Amino acid sequence: MTHKESEPVLSVRDLRIGIGKQNAILHGVSFDILPGETYGLVGESGSGKSITGLSVMGLLKRPLQVTGGSILFRGQELLTLNSRARRRLRGDRMAMVFQEPMTALNPLATVGRQIAEMFVIHRGLRWSQARTKAVEALENVRVPSPEERARSYPHQLSGGMRQRVMIAMALACRPDLLIADEPTTALDVTVQAGVLELIAELSQAEGTAVLLVSHDLGVIANMCRRVGVMDQGRLVEEQDTRALFERPLHPYTRGLLAARPRLGSRTLAQRGRLTELDEVVSSDERGRDQPTLVTPRVFSGATP
Amino acid sequence: MRLRFNLVLGLTLALLVIVCALGAGWIAPYDPVLHADLMNSEMPPSWEHPMGTDGQGRDVFSRVLYGAQVSLTVGLVSQLINSFIGTALGVSAGYFGGWWDDLVNGLTNVMLAIPSLVFALAIMAVLGPGLPSLLIALGLTNWSWTCRIARSSTLSLKNQGFVQAAVSAGFGDFNIMRTQILPNILGPVLVMATLGIGSAVLAEAALSFLGVGIRPPQPSWGNMLTDARELLRAAPWAAIYPGLAIFITVLGFNLLGDGMRDLLDPHMRTRKV
Amino acid sequence: MSGPLLEVRDLHVHFPISRSFPFAPKRTLKAVQGVSLTLNQGECLSIVGESGCGKSTTALTIMGLQEPTSGEILFKGKPLTGPNAPARKDRARIAQMVFQDPYASLNPRQTIGRMLSSQLALHGIASGSDANHRVAEMLTRVGLTPDHANRFPHEFSGGQRQRIGIARALMLDPKILVLDEPVSALDVSIQAQVINLLMDLQETLKLSYIMISHDLSVVEHVSDRVAVMYFGRVVEEGHWHSIFSRPTHPYTRRLIGSVPDPDAVLTGARPVPDAEHLPSDAIFFPDLSHPADPHVEDAPSHLVPIGPDHRVRLAK
Repeated sequence: MTHKESEPVLSVRDLRIGIGKQNAILHGVSFDILPGETYGLVGESGSGKSITGLSVMGLLKRPLQVTGGSILFRGQELLTLNSRARRRLRGDRMAMVFQEPMTALNPLATVGRQIAEMFVIHRGLRWSQARTKAVEALENVRVPSPEERARSYPHQLSGGMRQRVMIAMALACRPDLLIADEPTTALDVTVQAGVLELIAELSQAEGTAVLLVSHDLGVIANMCRRVGVMDQGRLVEEQDTRALFERPLHPYTRGLLAARPRLGSRTLAQRGRLTELDEVVSSDERGRDQPTLVTPRVFSGATP
Repeated sequence: MRLRFNLVLGLTLALLVIVCALGAGWIAPYDPVLHADLMNSEMPPSWEHPMGTDGQGRDVFSRVLYGAQVSLTVGLVSQLINSFIGTALGVSAGYFGGWWDDLVNGLTNVMLAIPSLVFALAIMAVLGPGLPSLLIALGLTNWSWTCRIARSSTLSLKNQGFVQAAVSAGFGDFNIMRTQILPNILGPVLVMATLGIGSAVLAEAALSFLGVGIRPPQPSWGNMLTDARELLRAAPWAAIYPGLAIFITVLGFNLLGDGMRDLLDPHMRTRKV
Repeated sequence: MSGPLLEVRDLHVHFPISRSFPFAPKRTLKAVQGVSLTLNQGECLSIVGESGCGKSTTALTIMGLQEPTSGEILFKGKPLTGPNAPARKDRARIAQMVFQDPYASLNPRQTIGRMLSSQLALHGIASGSDANHRVAEMLTRVGLTPDHANRFPHEFSGGQRQRIGIARALMLDPKILVLDEPVSALDVSIQAQVINLLMDLQETLKLSYIMISHDLSVVEHVSDRVAVMYFGRVVEEGHWHSIFSRPTHPYTRRLIGSVPDPDAVLTGARPVPDAEHLPSDAIFFPDLSHPADPHVEDAPSHLVPIGPDHRVRLAK
């Protein structure tokens, strides 16, 4: 779709979100996502990672509102777009997968119908055609016996299957950008692996850019080439994933990496204490007021 | 902001009704029953009769004030009985489950299936008209929604950690229902109770209309409306003011309940650290 | 010390499934199907598995919050279930529970101090200023301050709430703490603090833990022994090191292999350690390569020792 491959699909600039004008929650976040790239936003609850994703989709709920900055989607400013134009983009050019698939799906419609709806709304297909496409979409996300599953209601499916349906819906119109907000947090680990693999594979095949929001460094590490670390409404560090794990620059990132118990890290000799975050990073260093962005490469559009 | 508004307005209206009821003897310019001046019947509102007079020349204002006594007594007392029955049955059914739950559920469904007014009518027929029978009749027939809400809230609370922790700590069932469950369902029960006050006021009017509630000449908003029905064209004030009184009472108690629920919510009480 | 502190013997817990129409055959959900566990004094036994495997039901049954269908639970050789079970109040001094959701596990309408001191009053341990003193002491012990006693739960963060949950569980000085996913609802940075607190408390108070968890990295870090549950059964159990260095049952191996490893970007995917060598005729149970048919009665199976303190379930 984009004529220049290096042009970012999504370019968030100095995005500010607050409750009214006074209470700022997001203090100027900037990042770019290139076509086909999977970009990770990692942080703890309240860091602002989820509302960043929601604001890109235009799904912020009052009293939250964007108070400044810009969100460029394929070069087009989203924040000045009217709600109708934005709605047309949603589900078509950009789509979202939520943490809890049960609440994100309509419990009273079959999943086949819900996927087919995407084709009817955004592609103008007739229902009969859309239904066939929906079955295809289910097949794509490797739902076994898709014909039959298309006639199921959400509650008849397991958590993993529901999340696959969500992904099928999100990718139905081959969007340029997929926002996945904690897509596997509600799932069991053995199911999680499959769902993540699916997102990776499909986005690669279609060249879809992915914004993966997660609290789990393990998930981010396995999925993303670049990561932004968020803390208290700021992007405190952005690096290539490999570099981030090798030499985290910001003390908060170091703390986050140190605090997590790793599988295989315990020695037979004794049960050691875990490193606590505040032993690595003081609250001053996490800082509320000083600009804490330490990586040099945030405002440059190009990636090496 | 909204919390203050609801609470203040609700409290004001409810207090207004309560003051009218308690102070009817002092405020009312005329006797509601004995002062029947047939020469001055169906008079529009004036300085002498702020709400006009009815078909028998009685002062509507005085009758509305005395009617508040009846309505408020019926609303509060019958709803107290309803709330007590509904909460006790609902909480115990939700907490213990099993055959007791089935029994209470069945009873609730039966109560919901019979129009409560018809049921109240039947009780009134047995007990005969008058205020005490009215309280019993309305107090026994309108607890099913409170019961349902209490039961479903209890069911969801029962599996929450703090109730299970109380069981683990060795607290008795009655203690757990009283200290862990009851405070947490008080909000919805209170809201049901305020709505119930309104519907009890209306039910009183309906029963009085049918002649089994408060017997004329003793005034109640219900039988005042009945009397005024025939003069709706000639003396609309005789119907409007009792109607307005009912409206203000119902609105006042609803807003009060709403405000109280917010106030009882500890999230509102103390600020976040 | 002779004998285990707590013993679960052949525990079954079945739930009736409501029938779809009045005369449909009665069906039951077999949440726990013959689980046996032992917990020794001072030990942390972890039960791991995924949602629906029966680990939480097992925990609730141990706590007496769920009636077992059959089987028994013994504390120091004395039954905790059945006709000779102790009264609820006596049982409270044996085991207490820390719940997963720090938001739903505290009564929003009770101050922390009242919640804690009411337990002391109920058991006649202390009242008045003595009780307040003990509450203050306990709050300090779990890393809070005495003045927190006057506050309501909503005034605390998730991590603080979990500390309060731990304080509540310790108030009656129980011997066993059942930890139901104690950190899975918390942020990563808070998890470390709560895990450290739990480990410190275990040592200073000589507690024994049963931890329910799906998070293998936490389990590996904290446990002495591990039992892996799958569809209501223990499929592998043993010393933590045996489980993590020689995972043998295919389900355990799949579980360990599925944990997303942050180090993968640096070192490549971490291989699952080798399984214990088994005789060639051994068949694992359940067989993961075939989906289980709920209508067919399961073939008999046994936990078979395959190493020192390491057992795996095989079909027999």
